[in-house]
Amino acid sequence: MGLARRLQNHPRLLAAAYRANLWLAMRLRFLLRIVGAERADRWLHGPEEFAKRRIFDCRMCGQCILHSTGMTCPMTCPKNLRNGPCGGVRANGHCEVIPEMRCIWVEAYERSQRMTTYRDDLRIVQPPVDRQLEGTSAWVNLMTGRDQARTAGWGEASGGDR
Amino acid sequence: MLPPPKSDGRLEKVLRAGLFAVTAELNPPDSADPHDVFDAALVLSQVCDAINATDASGAHCHMSSVAICALLTHAGYSPVMQVSCRDRNRIAIQGDVLGAAAMGVHSVLCLTGDDVTAGDQPGAKRVFDLDSLHLLRAIRTMRDEGLYMSGRKITVPPRLFLGAASNPFAPPLEWRPYRMAKKIEAGADFFQSQYCFDVPRLEAFMQRVRDLGLHEKAYFLVGVGPLRSERAAEFMRDNVPGVHIPDAVIERLRKAPKERKREEGKRICVEIIQQVREIEGVHGVHLMAYRQEELVAEIVEESGLMARRRLSETAPPSSWRSGRRGGSR
Repeated sequence: MGLARRLQNHPRLLAAAYRANLWLAMRLRFLLRIVGAERADRWLHGPEEFAKRRIFDCRMCGQCILHSTGMTCPMTCPKNLRNGPCGGVRANGHCEVIPEMRCIWVEAYERSQRMTTYRDDLRIVQPPVDRQLEGTSAWVNLMTGRDQARTAGWGEASGGDR
Repeated sequence: MLPPPKSDGRLEKVLRAGLFAVTAELNPPDSADPHDVFDAALVLSQVCDAINATDASGAHCHMSSVAICALLTHAGYSPVMQVSCRDRNRIAIQGDVLGAAAMGVHSVLCLTGDDVTAGDQPGAKRVFDLDSLHLLRAIRTMRDEGLYMSGRKITVPPRLFLGAASNPFAPPLEWRPYRMAKKIEAGADFFQSQYCFDVPRLEAFMQRVRDLGLHEKAYFLVGVGPLRSERAAEFMRDNVPGVHIPDAVIERLRKAPKERKREEGKRICVEIIQQVREIEGVHGVHLMAYRQEELVAEIVEESGLMARRRLSETAPPSSWRSGRRGGSR
């Protein structure tokens, strides 16, 4: 496991980095209005992918919920589950689909237990993935609020909110 | 006062009346003959409240759950339609659910589904557009708000009793009750669990479920089934995702003489039913007797569940409402 992947086992540190990022992103929203979301995406999604793929094996779903899932990317689950482990987890905690891999939700649970701020976020019901955002920058989508858009048929009260 | 029922189905009625429910899984045929479905259903229907129509379980192709439900509802049965997220995206699933309700399906079991690699066509494309919680929430919104996921209106919403799966026996064990809580929040009205062969582990799980008050928010049916032999048990443990069978159970089957193994497997199942019935928060059993459907009636009879069912037909249901279960939901 590379150095960057080992960072994942320090969820509190990563959560702190996320909070700093969030703080910065919210303050830089005015810049986005000047350059436009499309151009910002062109600039940012490369660096974002570079960093997040190394640390989290990020799949660029464009609607990041890492902080709510124990700093473990749910899209690395072979079934793409966003709401917790399926019933097929093996007795040794490994994945039903890839027997040599630990279930990413078992890891997410363990990591979330070591977090303080987002510890119980695993209990939030996460909305379905908007496949239109795949391959785009989640940082930009966070600033535009596009990753938080909910269809009327999903409902506002359903959580997944920061 | 109970809130109004979600469906017009027998399963919900039985559970609301406080009766111990029995559901069973129908072995879907690999044939285009409707009589294969009717024959399989006839064996189960006399002893259970609802028949589950599986949706290519284990990623093996069989007659589809929608088609089986069409045949069963036409014949007057009340099936639980299983819907898995493995093979269809959100557009297909919402359409199927609407169609199922139109045919007379009253209950839907929302599943993520076994992965394609568990089956005999591992080269298939896996869909998993939604997960089981998304599916629960989507169908609940269709039912309660009359809206598709997009927000577009449905003129006559489906009336459905929503089910979900639960596996109290797979890691992370401590988090499994919260997974159940999440499913209830997403819309689950009842649960059908994975095979239970380890009653102490189920008891520990149910203790947490009661601590969280979940047993008063949804009905819990424990999955049970007979094992044919120790070899069948070992095969299941190693090849069916999420099945946990303690060594003691396998050892018991190994000790039984060859011609008595089937009987011993049935005996174990009956004992498990009698034990789980005593656990507070357990509202029924879900029988999965894969390729041994003929045993289902015997198991229900020998567990003492039939006597209770026969009595319930003559007495008003309220007299059978168990005191330990809360009245309001």
